[in-house]
Amino acid sequence: MGDSPPNPEAPSQQQSSSRRSSQVSERQRSREPSQSQAAFPDEGQQVLLGQQRGSRGSRLSQDFRASQINLRWSQGGNLPEDENLPMYQAEEGGMGGMEYQPMSAGFPMEFQTQTYLDESGTQAGEQATSLMQQLQRLQQGQGGFFQQLESPAYPGANVLGQFSMYQRDDPQFMQNIEHGPYLRDDPALQFSPSELGFMNFGTEMPEPEPRELAVQNAKAYLLQTSINCDLSLYEHLVNLLTKILNQRPEDPLSILETLNRTTQWEWFHPKMDTLRDDPEMQPTYEIAEKQKALFSRSGGGEGEQEMEEEVVETAVPNIMETAFYFEQAGVGLSSVESFRIFLALKQLVEQQPIHTCRFWGKILGLKRSYLVAEVEFREGEEEAEEEEVEELMEAGEVVEAHGEEEGEEDEEKAVDVVPKPTWKPPPVIPKEESRTGANKYLYFVCNEPGRPWTRLPHVTPAQIVHARKIKKFFTGHLDAPVISYPPFPGNEANYLRAQIARISAATHISPLGFYQFGEEEGDEEEEGGAGRDSFEENPDFEGIPVLEMVDSMANWVHHMQHILPQGRCTWVNPLQKSEEEEELGEEEEKADEGMEEVEQEVGPPLLTPLSEDAEIMHLSPWTTRLSCSLCPQYSVAVVRSNLWPGAYTYASGKKFENIYIGWGHKYSPDNFNPALPAPIQQEYPSGPEITEMSDPTVEEEQALKAAQEQALAAAEEEEEDEEEDEDEDLED
Amino acid sequence: MDAESLLLSLELASGSGQGLSPDRRASLLTSLLLVKRDYRYDRVLFWGRILGIVADYYIAQGLSEDQLAPRKTLYSLNCTDWSLLPPATEEMVAQIAMVKGRFMGDPSHEYEHTELQKVNEGDKVFEEEVVVQVKEETRLVSIIDQIDKAVAIIPRGALFKTPFGPTNVNRTFEGLSLSEAKKLSSYFHFREAVDLKNKTLLEKADLDPSLDFMDSLEHDIPKGPGTGLRLVRERPQCAGE
Repeated sequence: MGDSPPNPEAPSQQQSSSRRSSQVSERQRSREPSQSQAAFPDEGQQVLLGQQRGSRGSRLSQDFRASQINLRWSQGGNLPEDENLPMYQAEEGGMGGMEYQPMSAGFPMEFQTQTYLDESGTQAGEQATSLMQQLQRLQQGQGGFFQQLESPAYPGANVLGQFSMYQRDDPQFMQNIEHGPYLRDDPALQFSPSELGFMNFGTEMPEPEPRELAVQNAKAYLLQTSINCDLSLYEHLVNLLTKILNQRPEDPLSILETLNRTTQWEWFHPKMDTLRDDPEMQPTYEIAEKQKALFSRSGGGEGEQEMEEEVVETAVPNIMETAFYFEQAGVGLSSVESFRIFLALKQLVEQQPIHTCRFWGKILGLKRSYLVAEVEFREGEEEAEEEEVEELMEAGEVVEAHGEEEGEEDEEKAVDVVPKPTWKPPPVIPKEESRTGANKYLYFVCNEPGRPWTRLPHVTPAQIVHARKIKKFFTGHLDAPVISYPPFPGNEANYLRAQIARISAATHISPLGFYQFGEEEGDEEEEGGAGRDSFEENPDFEGIPVLEMVDSMANWVHHMQHILPQGRCTWVNPLQKSEEEEELGEEEEKADEGMEEVEQEVGPPLLTPLSEDAEIMHLSPWTTRLSCSLCPQYSVAVVRSNLWPGAYTYASGKKFENIYIGWGHKYSPDNFNPALPAPIQQEYPSGPEITEMSDPTVEEEQALKAAQEQALAAAEEEEEDEEEDEDEDLED
Repeated sequence: MDAESLLLSLELASGSGQGLSPDRRASLLTSLLLVKRDYRYDRVLFWGRILGIVADYYIAQGLSEDQLAPRKTLYSLNCTDWSLLPPATEEMVAQIAMVKGRFMGDPSHEYEHTELQKVNEGDKVFEEEVVVQVKEETRLVSIIDQIDKAVAIIPRGALFKTPFGPTNVNRTFEGLSLSEAKKLSSYFHFREAVDLKNKTLLEKADLDPSLDFMDSLEHDIPKGPGTGLRLVRERPQCAGE
């Protein structure tokens, strides 16, 4: 009995409520067990009309319905188990539904009436017609009721008033609701079926007060406001049903919980007219607008056809193809983001005089990320900007030099010479020229596609040396200071550039044979034995099979120069005098010559295979994979760096590409420990003239005094003796 | 990531550069469904991937009806065959404290390190160097457990607790609004509450016991600019670090 199909249930419930005037008696009378009711759900509707006959089937069906509803509502827990009361409660729930039935199911009802008329006898037919009249009256009454039902959707409505209107308008209807939920013996039971058509219960309704009292009690309970808020269950149910009736969703029973929550939420978040824009959505709109600008073609739409005819080779690489291969390898950004990056690179190429361009990768930051593009300018374009930067730097250095000289002169004039500190700053290693070594490429960064590209300055060896010692996350703002020990010379833009240089030098690899050295240039000795530093593409390169690429590390080579511990790719002797250094005090220079000689630093030459790379903790610094083990013939060779997590390279046939997506830090098996501060320096050399000596104690002084007096006394005695001797000599 | 919304979640999480190739995605979708059927889990989540030298581990977790109950962890090397991992114990965590370096990718690989242990021989107590071996499987289990305890996050309102005890998924949760999504207090750690009892009564009065039963992210250390939420993309979508 528990599970019954809802469809016959709902209309039957509605019909039962409308039929209540006639059903009442039967319901009260029918006490049969409900075992056979399962057979009747389908016939419920049609059998409804047979109720007045008092047929067993109808009674059973009514009881079936009633007990169904009883079951459902008794699960609510706090209602007395009586079939009348549940019907009343169902009334609340079905209040809107009642209207449902006459409007939409009016046809079937009449239809059923017809069938009933066909089936039943004349007596039943009479009752049926009276029933129909009653029903129509009910419909009208319900129509009015429905109008009233809509009003309580707004807070503060006079719910009670509505309820009382409902009572007044349809007293006979009122009668049909549970009279006496707490009474089991209803006076209406005594009515015979024939009298039911009378529809005038006014004078014959026994004990109106208990009935009204029961209704009032129930209503008062429902109107109780919840502890947390001002909403009562009654108002909430009214709102919910009004909403359902207004919107007429399909299958409202299945979304009842959702509707429940939504109605509750709407009560507490009323939609007021918004006269101003919702400020929360603005950041997302801004970004979208910026990105929309990316999609507009330059040059307008007029020249489109002409442009398409001449497909000019642009410097922008085929990002989408690269992204596809990396996706096979399980790396990379989503295709949407890759496309935006492609458009952003296109924008960059149009703005700057660029010869070649490559997407280097993405560095993640705490607040924002960086998209990095590696470019080479056309010949001659770059130097103009470089000169300006250099002039600024030189001017700064000259000013400092003057300052030092003046300071020295002042010091010499002073009488007491303050001891000069013996610490000399280590000589500044000059940075590499553009297009050589670590500064071979120029890097542009932007935070998001659509934002303007910023150029990063060239990296100096000092920055690389310091970057090796610290480990800081990038925040996403280029001008943020890098606070660390040892102090980093520069801001985040410099730190970013230094990390990019290190990553490039360590992880940019290519298949063996893709690049080859050019014709042998001049003497290698001039370059200090550092080896050749230029290469070119090999036009005869035939791709290496993917399986071989994966198996052996010797098939891959580095094509970026290794950065020496000095911070440069080519070694420079820091002790060599340059013109600028000679302008400074020469005295200091002489002292330097006594310092130890610096050894020349040598690194692995260009195009060395990866098999020569040093190991990390007995593990290879590179990991290779096939992109798909299930189809090796179409897969791509992927190499992953263990030293710089986030650096990936793929190779397939003649194509290869490097990318870095990560935080910009090197891998270390131990946690990072920042360097401790240096020991405090000696301020001055300690010698005997400035060493403190302890003052003599009182005893020592007295002893000294006594000794001195003794010596004096001894000296005087000697003199006296000598005088006496002399006197004696004289007297004689 | 829920196995049912795997593709969408992968797309949204692609900003960090880690993704899955199409063949892995396809095999994940199929095999996770089968895992759900075989082990009778209520939800199967794709936890992620741990990179190793020889092979990578793909990890999934299965949840029962009660969302806060201890989760079962499974691992696979090829996204097709999944094996159950034992639950993590404190002893395991202590064992792997000495192990460093990368994962090998072979679950039966053993890490060796020497330890000084006090050995009692008769009346003498002296220290001896003992070579301790730890299996990679143990390391895998404890690492996953540590990561989960530290960074598994749930937005507020996604789960709710009933008075009977079990924690359920909130079917009417539609996501956080933009202003809520920017605040750290709208996110909770997806584990049993540790700090909740330490809150003052005043703080507890504002909490909704059916929604606020886990630790919020607000009081995690380190605070400040080190931890942050970023709004990624034009759709309000937060990447937490």
